[in-house]
Amino acid sequence: MPNMSLKKNEMPTQAADVRNKNFSEVALGYSEEQALDEAKRCLHCKNKPCVTGCPVRIDIPEFIAKVAQGEFEEAYKIIQRSSSLPAVCGRVCPQETQCEQVCVRGIKGEPVGIGRLERFVADRHNELSRQKPDQPKGNGRKVAVVGSGPAGLTCAGDLAKKGYSVTIFEALHLAGGVLVYGIPEFRLPKAIVQKEIDSLKELGVRVETNMVIGKVLSIDELMDEYGYEAVFIGSGAGLPKFMRIPGENLKGVYSANEFLTRVNLMKAYKQDSWTPIHNAKRVAVVGGGNVAMDAARCAKRLGAQEVYIVYRRSLAELPARKEEVEHAMEEGIVFKLLNNPTEILGDDKFNVTGIKCVEMELGEPDSSGRRRPVEKNGSEFIIDVDCVIMSIGTSPNPLIKSTTKGLETESWGGIIADEATGQTSRKGVFAGGDAVTGAATVILAMGAGKNAASAIDKYLTEK
Amino acid sequence: MYKIVKKRELNPTVTLMEIDAPLIAKKAEPGQFIILRVDDQGERIPLTVADFDRNKGTVTIIFQIVGASTELLNHKVEGEYIADFVGPLGQATHTDGLKKVAVVGGGVGCAIAYPVTKKLHQLGAEVHAIVGFRTKDLVILEDEFKAASSRMELMTDDGSYGTKGLVTDALKKLIEEGNQYDEVITIGPLIMMKFVCKLTQQYNIKTTVSMNSIMIDGTGMCGCCRLTVGGKTKFACVDGPDFDGHLVDFDETMARASTYRDFEIKAHEHVCNLLKAEVK
Repeated sequence: MPNMSLKKNEMPTQAADVRNKNFSEVALGYSEEQALDEAKRCLHCKNKPCVTGCPVRIDIPEFIAKVAQGEFEEAYKIIQRSSSLPAVCGRVCPQETQCEQVCVRGIKGEPVGIGRLERFVADRHNELSRQKPDQPKGNGRKVAVVGSGPAGLTCAGDLAKKGYSVTIFEALHLAGGVLVYGIPEFRLPKAIVQKEIDSLKELGVRVETNMVIGKVLSIDELMDEYGYEAVFIGSGAGLPKFMRIPGENLKGVYSANEFLTRVNLMKAYKQDSWTPIHNAKRVAVVGGGNVAMDAARCAKRLGAQEVYIVYRRSLAELPARKEEVEHAMEEGIVFKLLNNPTEILGDDKFNVTGIKCVEMELGEPDSSGRRRPVEKNGSEFIIDVDCVIMSIGTSPNPLIKSTTKGLETESWGGIIADEATGQTSRKGVFAGGDAVTGAATVILAMGAGKNAASAIDKYLTEK
Repeated sequence: MYKIVKKRELNPTVTLMEIDAPLIAKKAEPGQFIILRVDDQGERIPLTVADFDRNKGTVTIIFQIVGASTELLNHKVEGEYIADFVGPLGQATHTDGLKKVAVVGGGVGCAIAYPVTKKLHQLGAEVHAIVGFRTKDLVILEDEFKAASSRMELMTDDGSYGTKGLVTDALKKLIEEGNQYDEVITIGPLIMMKFVCKLTQQYNIKTTVSMNSIMIDGTGMCGCCRLTVGGKTKFACVDGPDFDGHLVDFDETMARASTYRDFEIKAHEHVCNLLKAEVK
């Protein structure tokens, strides 16, 4: 008998007023009992809408059936067929707009907690399983992957499983891309990312750090001199955007990329880190995406008394995941909605002292379908802050484009690639993730990496 | 891991190291920089390439011991390794078509001014080198500059060596003597570059400065190194580090450079104490 409860098993979390002072993971994960109970809520529909909703097409009902039977390792194997990073996806995927959005149980009541079950299965495996993955039989053909974020790791994993000799080239000193420099420890512990990367290495994937492709080596060199028959570019989002308002270069103004990199990659929150960070008391984070939520919640954990999200539209238009917004609110982040910054104010020593904002109201829908915010005349006001974090997106990094002849890009800089295959304008060169789409999600990047892996396999098989 | 194949103390606070990094040595050009981490816990620090040997596959860096990380780096000896070394990053210094150039270096900035001096000299340009130091004990690369220039002016603040005075005094003298420079290239403390630019503005001589901003990734991802050039925000790591000195907002840049000064002083003291404890 299925479990007909209308509600999901609740995710155990650290209490809000405890967790906003530490960097340990917020969500604690299902117990075995909760997982068994939640798995029984799945109706095993014939047409499996959830699978269609998943960018990497995990056979969701099949893995949930194994969970319900208590065969957790079997469940893991099913997920692993489609996903190289289950412990990551179970934590950071926006399930509410993907698999869970189309779950039949969601029509009346809450959908099955698919993401939570995925996380349970992956964590259980990581904790207990000592089984090494089967070494795929090598086919001796070399593929290069540029970037070790979610797109690159997925592409590398899929190709390695097919027997290719894969090398990942990472620009930073540590592999993981946005999973290590961007997403904070309390949402995605770095030990979990490391574990996923280690399992790729066990599959035979090589990771070369400190390799800025476009500088140290070019795509052409990889193919002509180093013998890589195909290249996948998953170099991620690039240069942080600023608003071009006065005061953006004052001391205490960060891009979210810089702030998060200092905190996450360089561990500035730890006592023994050599990387400094501004000891801010009052912080304004400009923007409303997941990155803005991450930055705000990090600032709070670093000891800021007041942290504001300044966003020019209303709550309904916030692009961040609902769960992230709720967590931020619980932790005491103050939302200044329908407000837009016009200037950052500083003292004579170039230190930030405040942010001048103007109130907005929503007008007609714009090209994105969201109602366009319009300034209210004479509504300027100042929020006293000593730190501002700009989290309004990124534009693609030009390093690869400018050093790869014949690689076509959009006017805004994104690499032009076929949506289904990742094929670029250059033969043998494929691309996917934020480098193609502009800033998006981990799972969409993984989907692109996966599609490109099968396209590369097809290309090299037919070559 | 990257091997330190040579280490030489140029003066009590400035050290030269040659690092085994063949891929970087193959491509490096004057004006570009590298980022290194001394060990696994280290911060990422940018240093401009001081020299390179494409045959040996080595890259030379010259650094001043100013903070915790450079102290730790200086503690390494020949034959030891550093954790990370990545580059060449940034744009190379533009040298095409230059026939007569004054290169103005100050302090440890001379280490960065040297490779472009050498390159211009090799390209057949007439190079005047003006190098300035606080005092005699801090002079570096004197012979190297002499060999790579047709005229060299060595200045010290206290007159203990060379001519007493500032680099701007020497530059002004050379210009007043009738030297017509296609360009002035200046690398050194921000305050020095600011005043070199003020001077060359009066004579309307194009001036290139090398900006050594605070950086993390060095590839354009974090935006930490941004500065205002001609009213626009530029990233030193990908747009620079060279910029038109007459357009740079030096006051803002100097303020930004001081962002973590207190932290750095404390961290440096902490490292010194640790190292002292180790020696005991």
